[in-house]
Amino acid sequence: MPIASSAKLVSSILDKAKLEQRPTRDGFGLGVVEAGKSDPNVVVLCADLSVSTQAEMFRKAFPERFIETGIAEQSMAALAAGMALAGKVPFIASYAAFSPGRNNEQIRTTAALQNTNVKIMGAHAGVSVGPDGATHQALEDMTIMRVIPNMKVFAPCDVWEAKKIVMEIARVYGPCYMRFAREKTPVFTTEETPFAIGQAPLFWNSAKEKRDVAIFACGPLVYESILAAAELEKAGWGVEVYNSPSVKPLDEKMVLAAAKKAGAIVTAEEHQVAGGLGGAIAEFLSENYPVPVVKVGVRDRFGESGKPEELMVEFGLVAKNVVEAAKKAKSLKSK
Amino acid sequence: MANEMRTDLIKMLVKAGSGHSAAPLGTMELWTAFYFRILNHRPKEPDWPERDRFILSCGHYCPARYVVMAHAGYFPHEELWTLRQFGSRLQGHPERERLPGLETTSGPLGDGLPQAVGMALAAKMDGKNWWTYCLMGDGEQNCGIIWEAAMFAGKNKLGNLIGIVDRNQIQIDGFTEDVMPLEPLADKYRSFGWNVIDIDGHNIEELIDAVNHAKAVFSKPTVIIACTIPGKGVGFMERKFEWHGKPPNPEEAKKALYDIRTLGGKIRNDYE
Repeated sequence: MPIASSAKLVSSILDKAKLEQRPTRDGFGLGVVEAGKSDPNVVVLCADLSVSTQAEMFRKAFPERFIETGIAEQSMAALAAGMALAGKVPFIASYAAFSPGRNNEQIRTTAALQNTNVKIMGAHAGVSVGPDGATHQALEDMTIMRVIPNMKVFAPCDVWEAKKIVMEIARVYGPCYMRFAREKTPVFTTEETPFAIGQAPLFWNSAKEKRDVAIFACGPLVYESILAAAELEKAGWGVEVYNSPSVKPLDEKMVLAAAKKAGAIVTAEEHQVAGGLGGAIAEFLSENYPVPVVKVGVRDRFGESGKPEELMVEFGLVAKNVVEAAKKAKSLKSK
Repeated sequence: MANEMRTDLIKMLVKAGSGHSAAPLGTMELWTAFYFRILNHRPKEPDWPERDRFILSCGHYCPARYVVMAHAGYFPHEELWTLRQFGSRLQGHPERERLPGLETTSGPLGDGLPQAVGMALAAKMDGKNWWTYCLMGDGEQNCGIIWEAAMFAGKNKLGNLIGIVDRNQIQIDGFTEDVMPLEPLADKYRSFGWNVIDIDGHNIEELIDAVNHAKAVFSKPTVIIACTIPGKGVGFMERKFEWHGKPPNPEEAKKALYDIRTLGGKIRNDYE
């Protein structure tokens, strides 16, 4: 099976039924507790959503360092900046639809422009939020954070990556945004799977010589892309799948190399196609190495109520959509 | 001393060709009192960890802050004439990364108070003795985020936090009570769990007394509502909201400087 050995993924990865399922928000909770153990300055602020964001795990471990702000996302962001200026490492947690979003200006001014050490955690991102519906399904958050200078943007592919990202950004100075999902998603990385800011590790590496397409995905769409790659390989394709949890800074070197090898790119994210991971890659390639970039994502629509699984299908965010996108990308080659 | 600063302020604004006149002029006594009597700070060591923090939430007041910082020794006096110019450390709205001593970057109204609250909370958590002050405008009290922060500070009993509202009765579109009435402002803060003191914002001794009183009330944050005359010191600017956001032109600046130096024509001044 052409899983890249460097990725250290679980061996039964293609057998979905065998995989453990955990929500990425657990990764935030576990990661920030670990960060809190090694750094007494880590604090967590939460806008009345401690259980559903899993900030609750930190509250239980370090109650004196957990700060409840009530439903006040704007002041939560600025409070965090003030605490950061006084030496703390604050993580702020709410749903991605409200933070960023409601507090976009405070994040822009007090976190990004001032370059303070504020870590913004956007829970419940994507349509898989489910029954709560459109108002609570953040689909634009990566775009609005990505275009702000100084801001780093992350989207973990599973619970362990989420934990690693949180622990890493607690260590590294600077304003950061991480979005994660509500629902349980397949756990397919391991403790050894590499994560580094600015890197897009290769997860699927075709054993064939040729490269028909390279796929860059983030969040829940990474697993879907691996399933898509398996299907395409069966049909004779040579495919690469890169996990791109670091949406900003983007692994431009890897994107360029992949584009040169395959000549066609597919991007996949649980997010609007405008301006997220797909946007970042399309922008970069169009002025460095123009190749077709076909994006899997939400096509300029709001979400709606439904079961997470059926919404992912409805909004075109499953493996078969990645397969379709790959076919389109290949057909656009050297046009 | 405050009048000396007003002179610099006018000269600075006319050279820059843009900037806010009314509030900086109106708060010169406040600035002078803080930088020369109240704050525990080291101008040559702006990052001294034990310093009191002074957050300017209404960033557009920054010309006044720059003047008082120069006089206090944070940077050379001549640098004042670079206000708002390309490459200057004295940006149109203050940026903490560019000029040591600013504490926060401000401009968007409302953002300063929650940051001040965050600092005060961190200080309390760490058992630090420094004070956090936050100067706000009265128009700024329109912002919901101010009340979010006030509610939080009240809940957390941040007695190491002292807010100051520059109650100059004006904002861009007119008088505050016509645009969006604030009264009863003191009652609002009290109901959010704050101690409130009303003062004459041009009376330095009253301000110092109020700050000492605030420090003694350590179970609640305090807000000092300082009544000031916008444009104070310059007759044709006083009490006029039109002067909120524009600088004097060279002709107007001459008249303004005369007013300041002669206390409105009341005393002779050998400059003239």
